[in-house]
Amino acid sequence: MAPLLEISGLRAYYGATEALHGLSFSIAQGGITTLLGANGAGKTTTLRAISGLVRREGSIVFDGRPIDKMATEDITRLGVAHVPEGRGTFVGLSVEENLKIASYGRRDKSGVRRDLDLVFTYFPRLKERIAQQAGTLSGGEQQMLAISRALMLGPRLMLLDEPSFGLAPLIVQEIFQIMRRINEEAGVSMLLVEQNAALALNLAENAYVLETGNVVMAGPSAELKNDEGIRKSYLGY
Amino acid sequence: MTAITTAAPAAAETSRNLTRTLLIGLLLLAAALPFLVGKSGFISNFTFLQLSLMIVYAIAVLGLNLLTGFNGQISLGHGAFFAVGAYTAAILIEHCGVNYWLTLPAAALICFVVGYLFGLPALRLEGHYLALATFGLAIAVPQMLKYKHLEPLTNGVMGINLLKPDAPFGLPLSGDQWMYLVVLVVAVAMFWMARNLLNSRPGRAMVAIRDHTLAAGTMGIDTSRYKATVFGISALYVGVAGALHAIIFEFVSPDSFRFELSIAILVGAVVGGVASLPGAVIGGIFVQFIEKYADAMTKKLTQAIHLPLELQPWTLYGITLIVLIYVMPGGIAGGLAALWARLRRPKSG
Repeated sequence: MAPLLEISGLRAYYGATEALHGLSFSIAQGGITTLLGANGAGKTTTLRAISGLVRREGSIVFDGRPIDKMATEDITRLGVAHVPEGRGTFVGLSVEENLKIASYGRRDKSGVRRDLDLVFTYFPRLKERIAQQAGTLSGGEQQMLAISRALMLGPRLMLLDEPSFGLAPLIVQEIFQIMRRINEEAGVSMLLVEQNAALALNLAENAYVLETGNVVMAGPSAELKNDEGIRKSYLGY
Repeated sequence: MTAITTAAPAAAETSRNLTRTLLIGLLLLAAALPFLVGKSGFISNFTFLQLSLMIVYAIAVLGLNLLTGFNGQISLGHGAFFAVGAYTAAILIEHCGVNYWLTLPAAALICFVVGYLFGLPALRLEGHYLALATFGLAIAVPQMLKYKHLEPLTNGVMGINLLKPDAPFGLPLSGDQWMYLVVLVVAVAMFWMARNLLNSRPGRAMVAIRDHTLAAGTMGIDTSRYKATVFGISALYVGVAGALHAIIFEFVSPDSFRFELSIAILVGAVVGGVASLPGAVIGGIFVQFIEKYADAMTKKLTQAIHLPLELQPWTLYGITLIVLIYVMPGGIAGGLAALWARLRRPKSG
């Protein structure tokens, strides 16, 4: 089967500074892949390059279509949903309005309704908070909202940027379990960026390790997890 | 628990209806005012002019609020759009003999285009940088109005004198009273449109861009197009305010629109309450009131409390500003809302 996302020779820039130096990797249809690496390795930049949020060069093919020249909103419409670092809550809007923002470009009202119900089966807590101003939610709830918002786009690929950041271990566990359910039940493929390597390797089937803008290691999670050398040098446990 | 959940929406509904009834009553009263007073002179024409100016500034503050309060783009240069709107009206009336009310859509259109075009390069700027760039606009535009080659049109530093239109249909109103009505109607229409915009999907997208631009982009919102368009709409509002100002004030000149005007509009927005429609009204009152009375009040206060030192004009203004921002960081509208919420909360809870 052809990969869902295929990246080759990807370079990304912040102003004149090159942050990615020709990355190449691919993501299988239906799976969960994780990008690991230390601070500044280029994980977040990789996700932003895929979504067109930074200047980039190279080839990015999503589901057979090149998207490396496309604007963010068009990439989103193709089915790539980005859950940004730090959750990106629209604090001045209610939970419901946050969710409906995502359906902004969608014309199928019944589909939006269905996706809203689907979101609430995964995160019933958000339904209780539907009229609440999103800025008053707890960190965990805001992360749930961020994932839900992405789900409302009806995506085929979800880009998740450190969903565990700053959350209590129990909440993280809950959220990761739901992510697995979304992957299995809704068939949404995922590209997960994480600092918490142990957590990410347990969820994902495949992993890439980045170091200063280059892929230095790739393979099934199980292999990386058990390789002593890799564990010590890159994963820090 | 159930009792609370069912009672709360009903209470909110009643409160909303009450607010609406109050608002409509107040507006009807405001509209009836010139007819009630007539030519008795009980409220002077000068006072009607002052009221009109307050409303005009409220429209301008609303315009800036749409940009800064609801879309997160700061501007220290909206006086420039005010000037463009005012000159559009003045030139059309003076040189083309256009009816005064037709100058309003003209000023709206021109300011929208100018604002949109300025908003495009402004996309690359954020925060302090945008503040500085817009400040440059506030400095440059009054000077540009003095250009020699524009003089046949603008009459240079001398400015353009206009004549206030008379009340039509033989209405028993003075020119000032009539224009007060016109300004009031235009303001109500513009506030109504702003409210509808903010309650719509584009309005929520504006707020999403303010709260988190990057996340708004990942939600499929074309953030660049939005920001430039909001810049245009914001300039449109301020431009209409400028055109009304030219008509009721019967005069435009480059020095009427110095950069202090831009600052005054921003101060009005912040003091009234950022991202609040009632706040824009309060802001408009503040802009007009302070401009006219800060000096007089400073002098009165100095005498009243027998201050040994002479307070300079604007001292009171500065102190008021500092105290207001310290006590009510959400502006007067935010402060009043918080006070109201505290009063309504049952003491036991």
